[in-house]
Amino acid sequence: MSWQNWAQIGVLIGLIGVSAPLLGAYLARVFGGGAAPGDRIFGPLERLCYRAAGIDEHGEQTWRVYAGSLLIFSGISVAAVYLLMRLQGSLPFNPSHAVSAGPALAFNTAVSFVTNTNWQNYAGETGASHLTQMAGLAVQNFLSAAVGIAVAIALVRGLTRRKSDTIGNFWVDLVRTTVRVLLPIAIVLAIVLASQGAIQNLHGFTDAHTVAGATQSIPGGQVASQEAIKELGTNGGGFYNANSAHPFENPTALTNLLEIWALLLIPFSLAFAFGRLVGNRRQGWAIFAAMFFLWIGSVGVATHYEVAGNPRVQAIGAVGSNMEGKEVRFGAPASALFAVSTTDTSTGAVDSAHDSFTPLGGGALLANMMLGEVSPGGTGSGLYGMLVFAILTVFIAGLMVGRTPEYLGKKVQALEMKLIVLYLLAVPLVILGLAGASVVLPGPRSALLNHGSHGLTEMVYAFTSSANNNGSAFAGIGANTTWFNTTLAIAMLAGRFLLMILVLALAGALARKQTVPESAGTFPTATPLFAGLLVAVVVVVVLLTYAPVLALGPILEHLSL
Amino acid sequence: MFDPAILRQAALDSVRKLDPRLMAGNPVMFVVEIGSVLVTAIAIKDPSRFAWTIAAWLWFTTLFANLAEAIAEGRGKAQAAELKKTRAVTIAHRRGVDGTLEDVASGVLLMDDLVVVQAGEVIPADGEVVEGIASVDESAITGESAPVIRESGGDRSAVTGGTRVLSDEIVVRVTALPGASFLDRMIALVEGAERQKTPNEIALNILLAGLTLVFLLAVVTLQPFAVYSGARQSTIVLVALLVCLIPTTIGALLSAIGIAGMDRLVRRNVLAMSGRAVEAAGDCAVLLLDKTGTITLGNRAATAFLPLDGVSEQELAEAAQLASLADETPEGRSIVVLAKERFELREHELHGSHLVPFTAQTRMSGVDLEGLSIRKGAVEAICQLVEEKGGSVPKQLVELAGEVAQTGGTPLAVSENGRPLGIVQLKDIVKEGLAERFEHLRRMGIRTVMITGDNPLTAGAIAFEAGVDDFLAEAKPEDKMALIRREQAGGNLVAMTGDGTNDAPALAQADVGVAMNTGTQAAREAGNMVDLDSNPTKLIEIVEIGKQLLVTRGALTTFSIANDVAKYFAIIPAMFAGVFPELGHLNVMHLASPESAIASAVIFNALIIVALIPLALRGVRFRAASALAVLRRNLLIYGLGGLIAPFIGIKLIDLLVSAIGIS
Repeated sequence: MSWQNWAQIGVLIGLIGVSAPLLGAYLARVFGGGAAPGDRIFGPLERLCYRAAGIDEHGEQTWRVYAGSLLIFSGISVAAVYLLMRLQGSLPFNPSHAVSAGPALAFNTAVSFVTNTNWQNYAGETGASHLTQMAGLAVQNFLSAAVGIAVAIALVRGLTRRKSDTIGNFWVDLVRTTVRVLLPIAIVLAIVLASQGAIQNLHGFTDAHTVAGATQSIPGGQVASQEAIKELGTNGGGFYNANSAHPFENPTALTNLLEIWALLLIPFSLAFAFGRLVGNRRQGWAIFAAMFFLWIGSVGVATHYEVAGNPRVQAIGAVGSNMEGKEVRFGAPASALFAVSTTDTSTGAVDSAHDSFTPLGGGALLANMMLGEVSPGGTGSGLYGMLVFAILTVFIAGLMVGRTPEYLGKKVQALEMKLIVLYLLAVPLVILGLAGASVVLPGPRSALLNHGSHGLTEMVYAFTSSANNNGSAFAGIGANTTWFNTTLAIAMLAGRFLLMILVLALAGALARKQTVPESAGTFPTATPLFAGLLVAVVVVVVLLTYAPVLALGPILEHLSL
Repeated sequence: MFDPAILRQAALDSVRKLDPRLMAGNPVMFVVEIGSVLVTAIAIKDPSRFAWTIAAWLWFTTLFANLAEAIAEGRGKAQAAELKKTRAVTIAHRRGVDGTLEDVASGVLLMDDLVVVQAGEVIPADGEVVEGIASVDESAITGESAPVIRESGGDRSAVTGGTRVLSDEIVVRVTALPGASFLDRMIALVEGAERQKTPNEIALNILLAGLTLVFLLAVVTLQPFAVYSGARQSTIVLVALLVCLIPTTIGALLSAIGIAGMDRLVRRNVLAMSGRAVEAAGDCAVLLLDKTGTITLGNRAATAFLPLDGVSEQELAEAAQLASLADETPEGRSIVVLAKERFELREHELHGSHLVPFTAQTRMSGVDLEGLSIRKGAVEAICQLVEEKGGSVPKQLVELAGEVAQTGGTPLAVSENGRPLGIVQLKDIVKEGLAERFEHLRRMGIRTVMITGDNPLTAGAIAFEAGVDDFLAEAKPEDKMALIRREQAGGNLVAMTGDGTNDAPALAQADVGVAMNTGTQAAREAGNMVDLDSNPTKLIEIVEIGKQLLVTRGALTTFSIANDVAKYFAIIPAMFAGVFPELGHLNVMHLASPESAIASAVIFNALIIVALIPLALRGVRFRAASALAVLRRNLLIYGLGGLIAPFIGIKLIDLLVSAIGIS
């Protein structure tokens, strides 16, 4: 690896190290209940939203009402995107003449964007009109990210409140996240991206005549604005089919780095916000450390195998790192860094073809998602996922200090364990069940373009990506069929809303509890030891569920090289 | 630990416990049993050495789990059998309303019946002494041969059915029906018949059932992936993988750990009325310790009479003695004794006197006699009385009291007709070695609060000497209650001991209320533990036992889950190496053959249960240290150990298995 590549990782870590604690501090103020920076600017804007929607700004909700509001809101969102997709052919702002989508594709896309998955069974250039992109997909890029953050904040409230029936107000959390966090950062980022060459217009295709005499159709679009929130909100749905490998989405090495930074920013910051909100910053550091360790470990594995390259290809003379499916502009290390970050954050944006990674490089990407998107995970979903694992860790190991387990003073008892067990069970059930069915049923199986262990990886990747709301594709499957559109949508919905309901129920259960004061006898959760333990539990308990399929997929493929 | 008789019975019981209706209560082991049946059926239909080996070891796994529970229960049953001997039906002399005695079998006694028990007779039922005083041999339940005094009134009035009166005669009011007596409950408890799962055990069971489901899912869906890959697996191999992955170690030992925890308490002569209380003991953050008997040796005793100017020492002694005649407390008696020793004062016959007993509210006692009104009590109370009677409190009285208090003694003021006479000095002797134990507790994050009726100054001096964290002085029963409520409102669990009737509400309110066996029936009913030795210092041991129980549970859970890594490395290559020789690289233990690898993992999984039974019964060694230190140590042993041990164990078993070729 060249020094530039090392420097790139160093700069990225430096950027995160500076910006995440700062943003975390800001987020803690935004959700802390008191005065927050920028009240004078954001306050009137928020009140306008509340008045328009008839929201009682100070009304508190129980977890059931909170979850109900979230589901109603998301249901409406799915309907809106579905209708836009179905009708886009006859609606305005359609210069590239995208046709209206069929019901299965429209449903899959609507679910995909509302669940923050952004799995795309269509090509952006031809499959979505500008209206769909702007009023449907871009809007959901903001709102689905805000919904995730709202749930995470509700869980943190559950941990901090004592003997309380309520966990906040969904509508207020949604508005504050959008207005105070996502919009301002996305606007600045969009301008920076535009300055680097990301386009921002309402054009359709422009025909260009090249020097060689051929004619090229060059697409237009509101790329810079959508690109910013695509990364910032860990969405990942590209304006174009090539996603962040497209020069209009990701024009330079600088934008490549900035996009990686942007998709990691909020998930890492939430760990710091959590520490501040629970009144002990070291708690936040412990969560951050576990997230960071898993992320950097995966970066190490993927980069190593991508740089080392494929021995079979090298045997026929193509020396060097694995460049298949990668942008020459970025090279193997930067592509691996992007790929790991995008799969570790439930983003799913890609600047290289994951399908073409080396077996273990690609396997690392698959494993990242299997961990449940907690390293650092999606906006909000990363924090609540990691907190669920932290509670699980406390439950398993906490007894060893001679007290019944407690996390941040909250006793972990039967009800909490029921919810956590369901949380642990839901995603593997969806992934292994649906992928298992898909590899043996003749119809879905025939959609696989590859066979053997690589084909298995492709199939498992598709369901892992959708159930964990990542949305990146390993490709290799003709997935725009009724079976895949439907099963993948089920996976996305279960991986999103089933888990959110469980997390909100957990928040409600925790909020009702008394808080046990900390003492020398309390299981220490703000220590490096706990961060290490958390990593061990995530790897042993979660990843081991998938060990057989990982052995038959990436590991077998690697050993066969 | 392993009595052959108990082991023999346990071996039989472990087979009896194979009854699926019993197994269903333990989801992890129930899955193993279903797997055993399945593999056995396959082995019968399609016999092979491998199939029978796996079938046999799966049954052993189930039996070993049952054995662990049966051994734990067996030890309790042996104890219960001893107790049952004392529960024989006896003849009771029931006293009718008209005072006549009628002999009836103890089994027909009703609540509130009055029975007369004479020297040499067995007390027929639990009850309260309403008349008389007697020495009672309670060795049947406490194992302590020295007789104890039981008398009407006061805090030593409770008697237990099955114990024997050694001297004198008492009248007992029956407070428990036959079958619901203390002894019956004790038998049921040590037998484990009344055992209910504790809250943490229920939560842990949910996790274990959840993990079982997760791995069931992983194993069931493995087949389609295997079929796709062209490496279909036999049912035997899938069952073997499942049994190895689900947390059988902790699943097998969980109930044995719980029973053994209760048993450890019983061995220390403490009866926990529920497992919940044992768990709560481990969680306690505050211990309320009565000064008397817990922190100080026995009771305070009068050591000096300190008269005011103008009053002779004898005058004060006489008044103090008179005032103490109605005072049945040890302090009161010690004043009488001191007066007798110093001035040869005999106890007076008190004709036409009116005795004023001590109450926690007035905090004084005394006597009204031929125009004399003598009172003795807390200095504040006497001062208040003097002022009420229109007198003024001499400065010297307060000074004397202050001097006594500053040296850790307790001052009692004495007044005659509203005129203060002086101070009686009572002294406490603090038990040795307590400061160190309190320091241990502090390191575990447990705060000790000394409860005393003393004034703040005295209390402070003793608290300092004993090394407690805090004290509650001049404590009335409602203060104690308020303190418990306050701590609980702050989220702390509170443990306390108590014996008197006025302790009953606090004992009921505390999360762990240890009643002294010598105490009143009300106290014994209110607490959730009874200490048969009536040694309040034991509260500290109870907390340690509670913690040890939880640590053992956590250690074996961690061990069990950490084991999975090695088992995957044994079984996955074994499953697929036939079709994909490349996966042989994952066979890091270099196990001889796929069959021996799978068999070795299953055998290890079964044997580790047996190997850990002693640990489950004895409990993990618990040291008083901070949570961080305890965690670090246990993680190293049971976390890292759990990761490494199976690699070594499976390898060794594989060497053996492949050498003798049993698979």
